[in-house]
Amino acid sequence: MTDAATLFGLVAAALVGLGVYALIVDPQPLRKILAFNVIGAGVFVLFGAVAHRGAAAGWGGDPVPQALLITGLVVAFAATALAVAVLLRLHAETGSATLAPEPPPAAGDE
Amino acid sequence: MTATPGGLLLVAAVLVPFVGVLAGFALGGRNAQRVAAVTILAGAAIAAAIVAAAPDSGGTLVYLLGGWPPPLGIALRADALSLVMIPAIAVVILGIGVYARADFATPEGVREARAPLVFWTLLLAIWGALNLVFVAGEAFFEQVALELLTFAAVPLVSLDGKAETLRAALRYLLYALSGSIFYLLGAVLVYGTYGTLDIALLGERADPDPATLVAAALMTVGLAAKTALFPLHLWLPPAHAGAPPAASAVLSGLVVKGSWFLVVRLWFDVLPGVVTAPSAELLAALGAGAILVGNVVALRQERLKLLVAYSTVAQIGYLFLMFPLAFDAGAAALARGGALAGGTLQAISHALAKAAMFMAAGLVYRGLGHDRIAELGGVARALPLTVLTFAVAGLALMGLPPSGAFAAKKLLLDAAGMSGRWWWETVLDVGGLLTASYVVLVLAHALARPAGGAVEPAKPVSRLSELAALALALGSLALGFAALGPAPFDALPKPLAAKEFGAALVTLTGGAVLAVALGRKLPPLAAGGGLAAAVRRVTVPAGAAFVRADGVLRQWPVAALALMLAAIAFAATMLLGR
Repeated sequence: MTDAATLFGLVAAALVGLGVYALIVDPQPLRKILAFNVIGAGVFVLFGAVAHRGAAAGWGGDPVPQALLITGLVVAFAATALAVAVLLRLHAETGSATLAPEPPPAAGDE
Repeated sequence: MTATPGGLLLVAAVLVPFVGVLAGFALGGRNAQRVAAVTILAGAAIAAAIVAAAPDSGGTLVYLLGGWPPPLGIALRADALSLVMIPAIAVVILGIGVYARADFATPEGVREARAPLVFWTLLLAIWGALNLVFVAGEAFFEQVALELLTFAAVPLVSLDGKAETLRAALRYLLYALSGSIFYLLGAVLVYGTYGTLDIALLGERADPDPATLVAAALMTVGLAAKTALFPLHLWLPPAHAGAPPAASAVLSGLVVKGSWFLVVRLWFDVLPGVVTAPSAELLAALGAGAILVGNVVALRQERLKLLVAYSTVAQIGYLFLMFPLAFDAGAAALARGGALAGGTLQAISHALAKAAMFMAAGLVYRGLGHDRIAELGGVARALPLTVLTFAVAGLALMGLPPSGAFAAKKLLLDAAGMSGRWWWETVLDVGGLLTASYVVLVLAHALARPAGGAVEPAKPVSRLSELAALALALGSLALGFAALGPAPFDALPKPLAAKEFGAALVTLTGGAVLAVALGRKLPPLAAGGGLAAAVRRVTVPAGAAFVRADGVLRQWPVAALALMLAAIAFAATMLLGR
């Protein structure tokens, strides 16, 4: 019982760590959006483990985290959709998708 | 916990703006603005009703969603803090609504224009989300409210659809999401430890065990990233400077207050006994860093809107100074009192003044067709009301009597005096001087003789917009008369005392000296002196160094790493001093 929860907790920690690493070092906005989702997956797995640990007698798990989890998934989905939409618009506008404040090709006029 | 009589008003305060959002989208076109006008008036009435209903409910309004009490259900709760913020935000929304009528009217002969439709609906969405932030009684619920706020704020940044603003919007969204996920991770840890996220219950139960400390650090840093507390401010200057003026006023005056409010909730209500004096000092030290860097970089800007945006970075710093001052060493916990009252007053007066300042900057841009500070000469003659608004908002921001920031400063200094922390007084005074310096610099340029003859406004500006901005600025300036109100404000020095005017004169003169020393380009009046040139040989490179440091901090990898380091630092300081 505790082993499963611990395993899930460790997986969650690994996912969060991977995501945070990518969020810091990867310059591509799309990869950052993915990194955000990887961290999110880690947090949700952790929440699952919390629900499992909080199970009362006769229950498979604490239902409250599951309700919150579903809300969290919807919020993360909405966030991803909005970010991708802005990214697509940026790509359509400039032909590139970078966060650098001065786009390198336009630097010629200085 | 039971529901109180006026509880349903809290539901209305949240739902009415969102009903307006849906109706605006459904009816579309010109109707969106009409729906917004009706909703704003209705929302203002609801805000007034909430304030009126508070005394009957013992000062706290409660509504239980579905009649389920916490921990199973979710409570909407408006305590004294929410009861101050809700009407204040309503006033600013009202001002912005009047101001934006000219900018975001659907053009004649067009059935529907994108920018007006999006602006009016999202203005309502931001209002609803803010009200939800103020009344949410549960930590996860607050997160959802904060996400709503971010999702509504991001499109406002890129309302004009230009590449530069889209990039700013994306940076804002990605960094805000990083902050959200930190907060969510903290909330999960809290739930895992206590089995509830209800704020009142957590306030009774929270202990300083390792999981809670980690959670507290993660949640604090996540919220700080969304508030753009230095050094986590990479997204703010381009986002707030690039948005259309009415949207900038919303973003700078209102949106950052949402996440700031949740930091206050978290520290004062959820974890008052978990946070320690060193961690509160750290939070305030970041605020002091924001005041110094934000103000100096503001002084070095070429464009007025960027100057105002950097001034927001600095003003956010002020909002975090109250935390160590509110720390009660005897009880080893944060206590509500003069410092919290000061901080709240600070937030409200900043919301009013900063909205007014962005509006004035927007009117200058509209009138002249540019907002380059060095070429503002003659604008005071062309747009006298707007320049007056900028000056009044500036006075309010630098904390001169009788502004709300002045009263707030006195409340904070009172708290500082009692706990013997004189260095926060220094921070507040230096901040006031630096604020005075860029206000003086801008006004000196605006009052200067134009380079080539008189300046005619390139485009006429709306008189209604000018008056709305001026009203908000005057509101902020008049907030100091809270000193005539009930406790704890009655302990304040009366704002019109002669001594305070002497101090105000010192601030203004000091600000002028700083502006001469550090300003980017001086108006012809001040540029001549040989002494000034000698001083500037030393001070200008120092100012440029601040700009470079800010540039480094605003690079993504550095800012993301800062997020991590800040979380570690908060966890460490919460271990200290127990």
